[in-house]
Amino acid sequence: MEFWYRLLEILPFEWAKAGQMIFMKNALLSIILLTPIFALLGTMVVNNRMSFFSDALGHGAFTGVAIGGLLGFVQPIGSAVLFSIIFAFLIALIKHKSKMASDTVIGVFSSTAIALGIFLATLGGKNFAKLNTYLIGDILSITPKEIALIAIVLLLVTVFWLLVFNRLLMVSVNQSLAGSRGIHTFWYEVIFSCAVAIIVTVSMSWIGLLVINSFLVLPAASARNIAQNQRQYHLLAVIFSVFSGISGLVLSYYIETATGSTIVIISAIIFFITYGLRKKFA
Amino acid sequence: MKKAHILESCSQQQCCGLCCTKIENFGVTLGNTEILKNVNLHIHCGELTAIIGPNGAGKSTLIKAILGEVAHTGSLKYVQAQQRAYQDPVIGYVPQSLNLDSTSPTSVLDLFLSCRSRFPAWIIKRRKEVEKIKEKLAVVKADHLINRRLGALSGGELQRVLLALALDPVPDMLLLDEPVSGIDKNGMELFYETVSALREAYDLTIILVSHDLDMVQRYADRVVLLNQSVLKAGPPDEVLQSQSFYDTFSLGWQKQKYTEGDKN
Repeated sequence: MEFWYRLLEILPFEWAKAGQMIFMKNALLSIILLTPIFALLGTMVVNNRMSFFSDALGHGAFTGVAIGGLLGFVQPIGSAVLFSIIFAFLIALIKHKSKMASDTVIGVFSSTAIALGIFLATLGGKNFAKLNTYLIGDILSITPKEIALIAIVLLLVTVFWLLVFNRLLMVSVNQSLAGSRGIHTFWYEVIFSCAVAIIVTVSMSWIGLLVINSFLVLPAASARNIAQNQRQYHLLAVIFSVFSGISGLVLSYYIETATGSTIVIISAIIFFITYGLRKKFA
Repeated sequence: MKKAHILESCSQQQCCGLCCTKIENFGVTLGNTEILKNVNLHIHCGELTAIIGPNGAGKSTLIKAILGEVAHTGSLKYVQAQQRAYQDPVIGYVPQSLNLDSTSPTSVLDLFLSCRSRFPAWIIKRRKEVEKIKEKLAVVKADHLINRRLGALSGGELQRVLLALALDPVPDMLLLDEPVSGIDKNGMELFYETVSALREAYDLTIILVSHDLDMVQRYADRVVLLNQSVLKAGPPDEVLQSQSFYDTFSLGWQKQKYTEGDKN
């Protein structure tokens, strides 16, 4: 971390000076590590038309936090991860087994999860306010220990993406085609859903449940407007994601807004710009 | 290795019923609906077998049952020379359509890269691989499409690209599920010519679900008329003139017209 603080001293910002605003420097590093993870996973979320699905995963994670709180964990993140993995698996299973439209299945699970979360959190007349941090998120509260966790997650996701991306792409293009090449499509769907569930749950308290889905969807959707192949798609998604992350954080410092939503607004602006440019690239 | 052996034994012995696929007593029930029952087929390799039938006859379901994607009753046997059954033939499959939206940034090259190796297609394209993929595409006259997005291809182009993909690696059996519409006449002609040439070059077993009876008559070796079960199977002329054919497609009036025409 010392190295990182030193490195920042070359920046012209007031908060970047030595010994000042450590929380801001921590937040910046965590954003640089977090945003590529969301960009990578987001490309496939958009490919598979799962934007609504990943939103539901956030709700499941919230229920997990509430259950963790009920069981008396100080840091309910462990139980939240466990619960959202189970939740993701259940949605994937029912989507696979039932002939119901997938948005209906997701809608049922999503609203049940959020209701259950609020129900459990307020059980016995408890105050909901302490859970607000999960809804809005607070990146400035991040600790060096948590940054180390994010770095490990980034490494794992990159390795995961190197190993399974080709298979996931085939499944997204045509399930029967993937099946005819010996791919167990259902399990690849489950693995991917679980990966998204873990990321969403882990970063929920920093980014905020209400906007976390945009971290997945917006960079990929913007990249999709102008990319012609998977290499451009990934590169652009990562660039957009990291750029809006850094500029959103810095901007939120000066205009004093919630960081998560500032980042999302910048992502949204990028989306509309690329949307306007899409015909030039088609 | 296994496949090379099979192909060899086929060509040595002219493959007359020596290597074949036997579908015995196939049945598929989805929910409470019986989609296929009592389907018995004997398909020789090196032959193009076309499956025809009205909408909802279970043609695509039969293909999916052979692929193993849909549960079925009855048995499916692959028999090679000397009547020895072998397991797990390589199956090439050309789906009816892809389920990606037309703006998807997935190029033809990406599709091939992701199918051919585990080397992640989102990192970098290796020049050697690209050259090989170009060769594969050239077989179906589609090498110029390599950098196009899948969503930007016409129906006929997409079908040829998918055919090239199904041929890599060379399968023992090729299953083609033809789109109901969206392919121009020239594209169709080119597609059938390519399939026909492949059958001779590789001695493939080809099962093709077709909606174009004219093409079936010209290119198929055998035709199977399917509507829940096999109504008629045999050479194209025989099936396309049969009473079952006219009944299934409600072409009774046409037959009458023809026979009356003969009288005059």
